[in-house]
Amino acid sequence: MTISPVIKQEHLYKLAEQGKRADGREFNQYRPISIEPGIISKAEGSARVRIGNTQVIAGIKMDLGDPYPDTPNSGVITTAAELIPLASPDFESGPPDQQTIELARVVDRGIRESEVIDLAKLCIIPGEKIWIIFIDIHIIDYDGNLFDAASLAALAALFNAKVPVSQPRLKSGFDRLIEKFPEAEKYVKEHPEDFPLPMRDPPISCTYVKFNNAIVVDPSIDEQEIAEARITVATDIDGDIRAMQKGLLGSFTVDEIKKIIKDSVINGSELRNKLKESVGK
Amino acid sequence: MSKSSREIVIPGHYLGELKDFKPGRGTLVEKGKIYSNVLGIVHESPPYINVVPIKGRYDAIAGDLVIGIVEEPMSSSWLVDINAPYPALLHVNEVPWNVDFGETEKFLNTGDSIMAKVLQVDLEKKLQITLKDRNLYKIRGGHIINVEPSKVPRIIGKKGSMINILKKHTRCRIFVGQNGRIWIDGDDKNVALAQQAIELIEEQSISFGLTNKVEEFLASRLQ
Amino acid sequence: MKSDKKLIDENGKRLDGRGPDQLRNIKIEAGVLHRADGSCYLEWGGNKVLAAVYGPREAIPRHTQNPLKAVVKARYNMAAFSVDDRKRPGPDRRSQEISKVTSEALEKIVLTDQFPRAAIEVNIEVLDAEAGTRCAGLTAAGVALADAGIPMKDIPVACAAGKIGAEEKDGKFTGGFVVLDLGKEEDNFGNADLPIAISPRTNEIILLQMDGHLTFDEFEHALDLAVKGCQEISKLQKDALLRKYKSDVEVE
Repeated sequence: MTISPVIKQEHLYKLAEQGKRADGREFNQYRPISIEPGIISKAEGSARVRIGNTQVIAGIKMDLGDPYPDTPNSGVITTAAELIPLASPDFESGPPDQQTIELARVVDRGIRESEVIDLAKLCIIPGEKIWIIFIDIHIIDYDGNLFDAASLAALAALFNAKVPVSQPRLKSGFDRLIEKFPEAEKYVKEHPEDFPLPMRDPPISCTYVKFNNAIVVDPSIDEQEIAEARITVATDIDGDIRAMQKGLLGSFTVDEIKKIIKDSVINGSELRNKLKESVGK
Repeated sequence: MSKSSREIVIPGHYLGELKDFKPGRGTLVEKGKIYSNVLGIVHESPPYINVVPIKGRYDAIAGDLVIGIVEEPMSSSWLVDINAPYPALLHVNEVPWNVDFGETEKFLNTGDSIMAKVLQVDLEKKLQITLKDRNLYKIRGGHIINVEPSKVPRIIGKKGSMINILKKHTRCRIFVGQNGRIWIDGDDKNVALAQQAIELIEEQSISFGLTNKVEEFLASRLQ
Repeated sequence: MKSDKKLIDENGKRLDGRGPDQLRNIKIEAGVLHRADGSCYLEWGGNKVLAAVYGPREAIPRHTQNPLKAVVKARYNMAAFSVDDRKRPGPDRRSQEISKVTSEALEKIVLTDQFPRAAIEVNIEVLDAEAGTRCAGLTAAGVALADAGIPMKDIPVACAAGKIGAEEKDGKFTGGFVVLDLGKEEDNFGNADLPIAISPRTNEIILLQMDGHLTFDEFEHALDLAVKGCQEISKLQKDALLRKYKSDVEVE
């Protein structure tokens, strides 16, 4: 672990008292964000998101799969994240640690619970075969705020994705399916071309950290290192709350949380517009 | 320094013949020929030919003044990060205080910053530093920024010319460690300005007329 | 494996229109990541590869330290979404083997005795895969090492050659063309693959693997093509580094 000097923390605290941040941003301001969809040709959908120096690539792969027993007519989503050693001197290779798993689960919940993908439209043979969506998030440069970067990347990749129904690599899978279930042939005829994933308006997550009584959005890595408490709030297009996750050992007051939620709605709506613009919706 | 010797070269680039030059730092010799072994700038200092690396970890030399960050207090010494490939050792005998066995945390703890001097680098690259000198101490207040160690000479300038301009215009106390760590203390606005000026020097370190550029930059921002 | 398509026609034109000794399109960019000490992004045909270097830094755990020199550890990994059928995250046996031969090649070329007890970590991430990923990875790693300021004898570069279009009958092969830089179908349906890595200054071979069928003459031809390919790519590596850092230099 690279040790951060105490002086740096004191410096950031001092600036916070004066309403300033080390990189000159306002408390409620994001770093420059760029969203580039469709960068990986092998993936069904992909996107690269940059927030400041943090860079994340998300890739979507799809395949024929078996439905979960309790949702026999719905498609299936599974989300994984990798904090690859490329991205930071402190990341090690190996099985996912708690930080990685938390990241994957938070992003997954934001997509799954909000029903941003219309999974009912991803059923091929009810009770037997559905489309399974693999969301893989690759952190490639770590400078703070992985939650927001990863969520945006996953969403942009999903909006960019096309269901690979006409792809040659799935031909043998479909042939086998038709042998077992002749009605599958109708599905293939009804979907002659790859089609976009059925998506709804997404909730957008915004992450805040608190230090020295200041609450700032989109923490840089220096701010993350000295943060006492952290909270991520996902809000939808109607301004309603869809997901929340608090982290670290410190605490927030009720008033602080209410303010954060109000700010998330505003920040979230800006990010949502950026997202939609970049994927051409 | 002639213009041609500001050429950027890559590892493996042919520099000259052993019969014409003496191989300096950043070079390797094979079959009577001298090649660069690092991404850097050719610098002729006859009879030597050197390549000064553009990037890389700090290569500690005894006598260097450095800014260290304490990693771990141990029973009779501290492990200190000085931005080298290895942590440096600071022994209780090398500090100006009376430290009892096991009491090291009382004097320096994890995250404290110190102005130290490199005492010794042995064959296995084990590093020892000292705080036992008039101008060495535990740092309080101010702000620390990191730059590429290879840019330090530019930031200091010939006989301190560049650093003096920075200090004069920003009225900040500035100390540049050979290991690429710089400590700045002063009014917040001026600290930010000093930081921007240093970033400018880092970006344009190979330019000619840099000293004037920096002076102009500072003068324009202070109006 | 048999293909219905002809991989190469009578005029020596391949499926993607290339001649027998033509490389796919290659683009190299140095210094693309913020946290890494050195980095490189490389596109080679349909391959997209990212390489990052951390170090030299103290080798941990202690028992991996070599008191006389630095240990070079390369880690090759393919992203889950980089291939046709999603790959489960984590090192599989193929990735581990490639990591090993890459580490060994790089260790020969990095001046490791300048950093006793240290580790130099090279991370290669394949983001989009289309045949020849280990060569793309090592080539990117070479640029990333130089970008990190690591002292080396030379910048290592890799390239592959192979054989396509041979007829096979009862285990015997006839015909076939030796070509440079196998593309996707050529890798799947071809007859031999020979990836190599060299030190371009001396043409010393630091990595060599082969599978398939080659006569001695075919091997010589393939090796010759691969070395020439490496030399061409070496120029692109150099350009990428000079482009990144030359912008510092003012032209008067």
